Amino acid sequence: MINVKELTKRYARTTAVDHISFEVGKGQIVGFLGPNGAGKTTTMRMLTCFLPPSSGSATVAGFDVLEQPLEAKRRIGYLPETPPLYPEMEASEYLRFVGKLKGLSGEELDKRIDYVCDRCAIADVRKKLLGKLSKGYRQRVGLAQAIIHNPDVLILDEPTAGLDPKQINETRDLIKNLAGSHTIILSTHILPEVEQTCEQVIIINKGKLVATDSVRNLQARARGAESVILEIAGRNGTVEPTLVQQRLVKVSGVSNVSLKNQQDGRAIFEVESQKGQLVRGDLARAVVESGWDLNELRPASMSLEEVFLQLTGNETLAEKAAAKGAQP
Amino acid sequence: MRNAWVICRKELASYFVSPVAYILLIMFGLIFGFFFWNALGYFVNEGIEMQLRGSSFPMNLNEQIIRPLLQNVSVVGLFFIPMITMRLFAEEKRTGTIELLATSPVRDLEVIVGKWLAAVILYSCLLLFTAVNFAFLFKYGNPDWKPLLVGYLGLLLQAGALLAIGTFISTLTKNQIIAGAVTFGVCLLLWVLEWVSGYESSTWARVLAYLSVITHFESFGRGVVDSKDAIFYATVIFLGLFFTARSLESLRWRS
Repeated sequence: MINVKELTKRYARTTAVDHISFEVGKGQIVGFLGPNGAGKTTTMRMLTCFLPPSSGSATVAGFDVLEQPLEAKRRIGYLPETPPLYPEMEASEYLRFVGKLKGLSGEELDKRIDYVCDRCAIADVRKKLLGKLSKGYRQRVGLAQAIIHNPDVLILDEPTAGLDPKQINETRDLIKNLAGSHTIILSTHILPEVEQTCEQVIIINKGKLVATDSVRNLQARARGAESVILEIAGRNGTVEPTLVQQRLVKVSGVSNVSLKNQQDGRAIFEVESQKGQLVRGDLARAVVESGWDLNELRPASMSLEEVFLQLTGNETLAEKAAAKGAQP
Repeated sequence: MRNAWVICRKELASYFVSPVAYILLIMFGLIFGFFFWNALGYFVNEGIEMQLRGSSFPMNLNEQIIRPLLQNVSVVGLFFIPMITMRLFAEEKRTGTIELLATSPVRDLEVIVGKWLAAVILYSCLLLFTAVNFAFLFKYGNPDWKPLLVGYLGLLLQAGALLAIGTFISTLTKNQIIAGAVTFGVCLLLWVLEWVSGYESSTWARVLAYLSVITHFESFGRGVVDSKDAIFYATVIFLGLFFTARSLESLRWRS
């Protein structure tokens, strides 16, 4: 649906976007991730034909953004970082105006207005002036504006910025609901958002593409080897960590065992194994056969936050995040 | 051009939803009303004096009231035009709504023509106010309506030209005040350029006088459609809108 090749945007002194290439399939939700100033907005603006690229090309729904901008624009719904609202217009009046700009008219337009008002839960503010709406409503009217012409591709620039937690959840649910019928790119610097809403992640930093993969693969990739978290308790209420450690290291395929935490007769270990070796069954057997209780055994997946910081090269922060993430 | 009409209607709505249009209408109405009352006062006074002196100098409503008043309107317009055009693009740039227009399947030209047309229509509303005053002349006198119509045509053409310049200037800044002030300066300059012809007759002076928007209104004010002057205004309109388009385009390459 979206095909980006070597896209570059240079300004007089800086290169905001540096030879980025990626593809997005039909119906996918893709998270566009990066710290502030990474070039997310610039890339999105090039995709929406707002900014022309310095070099490289991008096609949206099969139309080149430079060669056939009108055709591409017809198939894109775009929500900029600040919703582009006219404060002196009523919500319904505004949606009518945008709908007409996008080429709708007559009965079809009326239907679409009703539909998006319902979908974005703004039916109760249809007759209100946009300038008087709260931030949450403004954002939703912005979203309604983006989907009014039922575009193939939705491009959302930080759709949850500045909303309160309840509104953030509502917006995320709305976006998830919109997937399927639309291909969605959303940018954010909030990592849990990507973990929760997106299937695919594109990480950029300082204008360069750092990684593009599915959320699950990225987490696995950053870890390298597989690792497992084990919580073990002794039957009599005490557990000797060193004994456990000695036993676990003997399990074939295990490369390292470290004690993470110990309290109230329970001990938590992180067991690293060589890549490709499945050791969980052996580990469980070893623990039970040695007469300990196995309270918990789970893969230690890295949070996206750690992956992100590692990939964008901020290692000390990545370690801190890892330490935080390991604590139960 | 359906899109241009959509944009135009939206612009008109925002003129008339906000107090802008009404304040301009009221101020223009007041100022013109004063001019009209004044011109009428002179006319009546002169008529009485003539009768007292017993001379029979022909009195003419067209020559003595309508023509000078139309000249006045063309000058007063210079002050109102910046207030009409200053927000056209500057405000869209400031609030970020320009991004909506630029990412909609609409040509730049349609946006520009739509906005300019809205400005022209608002200016026509101001002119309609003056027509109310002239209606009294037709009720109590017997002026020729053709020169008046030609005069209005000239005013519209002149305003169209200045509004196109104002539209262009509005694309250059995010700040409405700056857009308004610069447009006012340019309008005023285009008006006073003609003064050089008063004491100079070199080529330069003639070029400057030619550029003055006011000189081209004189023929219309007399009730004569001079194609030279009509073409001058049409050219300025075209150039103003052309530069607006260029400016919008460069905005994208730069920002």
